[in-house]
Amino acid sequence: MSTEAKALPGQTTSPKPEHHLPKGESADRKAVTQGRWGATLIAPSLIMLAIVIGYPIVRGVIMSFQKDSGLDPASGLFVEGGPAGLANYTHWLLQQCGAGGGTVACAPGTLGAQFWNAMGTTFFFTAVTVLLETLIGFWMALIMARTFRGRGLLRAAVLVPWAIPTAVTAKLWFFIFAFDGIANKLFGTQILWTGSEWPAKWAVIISDVWKTTPFMALLILAGLQLIPEEVYEAAKVDGASTWQRFTQITLPLVKPALMVAVLFRVLDALRMFDLPYILTGGANNTTTLSILVVDQVRQGFNSAAALSTITFLVIFIVAFIFVRFLGANAVQTSSGTSGKAKAK
Amino acid sequence: MKNPARKLAPAAAIGILALALSACGGGGSTTSGGGGGGSDATANLDARGPITYVQGKDNSNVVRPLIAKWNASHPNEQVTFKEQSDQADQQHDDLVQNFQAKNANYDVVDVDVVWTAEFAAKGWLQPLKDKTAIDTSAMLPATVKTATYKDTLYAAPQTSDGGLLYYRKDLVPTPPKTWNDMMNMCSIAKQKNMSCYAGQFAKYEGLTVNAAEAINTAGGKIVDDSGKAAVNSPEAKAGLQNLVTAYSNGNIPKEAITYQEEQGRQAFEDGKLLFLRNWPYVYNLAKTDGSSKVKDSFGIAPLPGKDGPGASSLGGHNVAMSVYSKHKATALDFMKFMTSAETEKFYATQGSLAPVLKDLYSDKELVGKLPYLPVLLTSIENAVPRPVTPFYPAVTKAVQDNAYSAIKGEKSVDAALSDMAKAIDSASSGQ
Repeated sequence: MSTEAKALPGQTTSPKPEHHLPKGESADRKAVTQGRWGATLIAPSLIMLAIVIGYPIVRGVIMSFQKDSGLDPASGLFVEGGPAGLANYTHWLLQQCGAGGGTVACAPGTLGAQFWNAMGTTFFFTAVTVLLETLIGFWMALIMARTFRGRGLLRAAVLVPWAIPTAVTAKLWFFIFAFDGIANKLFGTQILWTGSEWPAKWAVIISDVWKTTPFMALLILAGLQLIPEEVYEAAKVDGASTWQRFTQITLPLVKPALMVAVLFRVLDALRMFDLPYILTGGANNTTTLSILVVDQVRQGFNSAAALSTITFLVIFIVAFIFVRFLGANAVQTSSGTSGKAKAK
Repeated sequence: MKNPARKLAPAAAIGILALALSACGGGGSTTSGGGGGGSDATANLDARGPITYVQGKDNSNVVRPLIAKWNASHPNEQVTFKEQSDQADQQHDDLVQNFQAKNANYDVVDVDVVWTAEFAAKGWLQPLKDKTAIDTSAMLPATVKTATYKDTLYAAPQTSDGGLLYYRKDLVPTPPKTWNDMMNMCSIAKQKNMSCYAGQFAKYEGLTVNAAEAINTAGGKIVDDSGKAAVNSPEAKAGLQNLVTAYSNGNIPKEAITYQEEQGRQAFEDGKLLFLRNWPYVYNLAKTDGSSKVKDSFGIAPLPGKDGPGASSLGGHNVAMSVYSKHKATALDFMKFMTSAETEKFYATQGSLAPVLKDLYSDKELVGKLPYLPVLLTSIENAVPRPVTPFYPAVTKAVQDNAYSAIKGEKSVDAALSDMAKAIDSASSGQ
């Protein structure tokens, strides 16, 4: 808290040199006044951002270095935990739990014992769902990009799963995957969809793919429609086959939009919460990092703050890798596409 | 042109941050009840004035008429109803936030029986003793236990709930008295090509309820009086073993591992189950549901036990007073009003919520409306509350995870109970 307060005077003085710029030309002065105006106009939004995004993040990080309140055995009341150093982080990363002063490996049945499992599960879900959604979404986008009767209707219909709130979707699939549910009736099986590990994982994957493929398809469709028709016509005249047109024209030209779509989905999937929470309650190894955070919030805020900081960093690193290495093209060559997609 | 803006931005942001931090930083994480609870608990004891009553969604319109009735006779002590969402988790989090902010407008709050100890240990609930004492002598002892933490009453029991055994009286003329009796009757289910017994065994709060019932019925305990794990006992082992054996030999059907209350009820109404452990709400539905195939062929009995009735877990809600309330005398009167016989009766008739006053269970008018009441009384009289501990979320998780593994056969009963004990103890030692 005190560091922020100290930083304040230092920061406010820094823009000062701007005020003493040589004001030889009127264009310069105009630029300065305009800049000041711009700053004034933009300030409310910056302040809003600082309050709704900046403050919670900073507060979360500060909290993550505090111990959770413990019980005073004499009075039976909770007392403030005090500074924790890195204990909250080592608790999660090394899966160490406190026990009578020392630390031991967390026993099964504690949240701490689930950290690396949850991390693995989250990445597994992310990899599988995004791969499936990209493939199916691409295929759907290719169909929707063609001109045919009822195209508008199809495009609207495809959006329906995306428009349903995730919690409702999850409840729908919960009924479908019940033991007496439609899934088992339809296939004549007796699978305990939510009662054993792999069926539970597939249940989550299937419902997530059903729900979010339309989002993928629409983003890819937007990319497809940016490709000028003439390019295809020219290729046809040159005698390119359908496959050649797809691999030589469609794929490279749609790549920027595709990368942005994949990036969004990856970031979204890493935060997956509602579907597994409602479908399985996190049982049978379907606990994701977000579920772990929410469960921990009810057991202690500060430890939960450490966990969400870890989750935040993980997602940040993944995003960074995507933008820096995989999606570098997307950001540089077609800022228009990414800007458009972001505005969504 | 962009420069001034760019330089101003962080300054503005940090300025705001500093303001916000200094304003809210202090109150944000003060979870302690240490010295603070003490002084708050002695303030405003005689003050009267308007108060607010906080409860989850009033689905069957019970609370509003009661408050209207109160307000009609207390013009200077009006009660405002603050209605929360219908999700228990959200209600819990809403209460936590407002207590942390020391919100004086959350005077009287409705708390789930399993939250009472947590809130009491945080120093948020007014101890109900001395000037703020409430008479609980007419209430069922098990319900009073849910509201008692470290020998002090922190809330008044308001409604209760206990488990019942639903059975098919056309197939089993006399219901089983003990668990072993019930297991022996499972051959009848086999002959009829139906499943024998189900409760709630999916991994959620219902599993804690069922596992606790199994353990308590066999004479075991989940936590002892000092809050330490007590599941490493032969009794607890025998209790959990009952469930594990029944699941492995098919007396509990394999799909029951996915059952919450509703799936079990549907299976029972479809005639697929001989015995079902469930809450009283099933009674009316099974009698009246169009799709129910057992309308006239089911009966209810207390849960089967070791040699008598089993130990049900308790549901229900308590009503408590915030230590931050400004008008505690009014709050206390209102709590007495909300737990009076007349109010309890209204709760039962209008909302089908079981009363905590023993006498009402033999009230002719009530029993006519809710025929399951006498059986429910036996259930609640033999009930053991779920662990009364400020670390309830961690304890229930430890029970659920390990009981689930044991029932599915992924872990031996011994290993499950020893892990359960470790997990419970590590939760109560901080992390």
